[in-house]
Amino acid sequence: MKTRSSWLTTSRTSAILLPVVGVIATIALWWLVIVLFDIKQFLLPSPYDVLQRFLEQPGYLLQQTWVSLVESLAGFGLAIVIGIPIALVIVRSAILERLVYPLLLAVNAIPKIAIAPLLVVWMGFGQLPKIMMALLVCFFPIVISTAQGMKSTPAELVELLRSLKASRTQEFFKLRLTYALPQIFTGLKVAISLAVIGSVIGEFAGSTEGLGYVIWNSGASADTPLAFAAIGLLSIMSIVLFYGLVLLEHLLLPWAEETR
Amino acid sequence: MIELGGVGQVFEGRGGRVQALDDIDLHVRENEFVTLIGRSGCGKSTLLRLIAGLLPPTYGAVTVAGEPVTGPRRDVSFMFQRPALLPWRSVLSNVMLPVEISGGDSGRKEYRDRAHELLELVGLSGFERRLPHELSGGMQQRVSLCRSLIRRPQVMLMDEPFSALDALTRTEMSDELQRIQMELATTIVFVTHSIEEAVLLADRVVVLTPRPGRLREIVEIDIPRPRSLGTNAHLTEVAEISGRLHGLLAEKTHPADAPEANR
Repeated sequence: MKTRSSWLTTSRTSAILLPVVGVIATIALWWLVIVLFDIKQFLLPSPYDVLQRFLEQPGYLLQQTWVSLVESLAGFGLAIVIGIPIALVIVRSAILERLVYPLLLAVNAIPKIAIAPLLVVWMGFGQLPKIMMALLVCFFPIVISTAQGMKSTPAELVELLRSLKASRTQEFFKLRLTYALPQIFTGLKVAISLAVIGSVIGEFAGSTEGLGYVIWNSGASADTPLAFAAIGLLSIMSIVLFYGLVLLEHLLLPWAEETR
Repeated sequence: MIELGGVGQVFEGRGGRVQALDDIDLHVRENEFVTLIGRSGCGKSTLLRLIAGLLPPTYGAVTVAGEPVTGPRRDVSFMFQRPALLPWRSVLSNVMLPVEISGGDSGRKEYRDRAHELLELVGLSGFERRLPHELSGGMQQRVSLCRSLIRRPQVMLMDEPFSALDALTRTEMSDELQRIQMELATTIVFVTHSIEEAVLLADRVVVLTPRPGRLREIVEIDIPRPRSLGTNAHLTEVAEISGRLHGLLAEKTHPADAPEANR
């Protein structure tokens, strides 16, 4: 329900304009602090230094961004392919839920950074351990939100389908799964940012490419502007991926915003 | 059409056994409009679910069209208190849901035409492509009514279908339902807690006692149709019957504030 109708809260332009204003204001503040307190570049570079550093090697940095993007998306994709079926099985069977759930919790509770070196030992220095790390970090919210969504079907709709003599399969596809989609999307939106974090953790543990590697390396040579440029690219990547999902949800589930 | 013999229902809850219904004997004739009335917790919704085959009775026998009820039947439709529409389906596609679930593409086209007719009958033509959230509560419940009519049910079971609507919409819907029943000749069992609605719609009003629900009395309503709340015709009869029903419902049997147990 709309409570206010000023253009600032409703108009389409403002939906794009306001975030841009927020970003610009933050950058201005950052710059101001550096100028006011005369902060050294290797401690905190100015936005200009960061941009400058990016423009020195744009091709290289974009290529590293691509590497991280592929790892994140592969991990995210695998998390969907593995996580959603696990959630469906858990919802279907109380026995399996009791069997599997503590294990999932345990896996989720492990600080992922602790197993990153192990993944390198097992899988080498290629992209596979990074993909695995992205998968490990982001699949839990997908499982939880899918399971939650599958359990959220209103009783009256279940009763309706039963009164129509629907089969279990019909009940599943025509009702429960579709009804769970908005909640699945909520999980996906959490997971996509986590996938990016996961791939960076993986790159920290031992790699020769990716934005995580760039950040790790720049630390060794005190090249702070480079680290900031890489962090900036990571943020932009996360934002683009997140809003990509928001857009997809908007297109696929036009009913969801109105009914939730 | 519907036969209930010595039917009772006991729920085993956390707080122990709850006797929801006991010793219900009822015969509903073909094309008859019966309203079930009683206080909340008298088991009227449970009784409706027993007839629908959504719930097996603890004891006693339920038959519909001469066959014992073992589960939901395709020629019996159930309408809920809330519209219960699938939010991602258009109006038309919600109405077609029962047909889709029965499967088989035979007669799909014919049903589609029927869906359009029904939507027109309830004043919703032009809204076929809309999503449920774009409609008002009353319009949604009309869609729900069309859905329960699409398979030409022999029996319609209605669980307080108009209770969530505003008074004006409610009157309109009651008029429409009477018209539809006269046109389509269906047997209807209609649960309500409104005396006014019960008298307006029914050939017979079945009054249940609360906890456990037992038959208190069956009241014949001999007022010619179509009946309407707006007109003054038969005012004295309506007043007399309403008064009688009031008396029956108000009679002290058990504490009225007992928790809701009609599910």
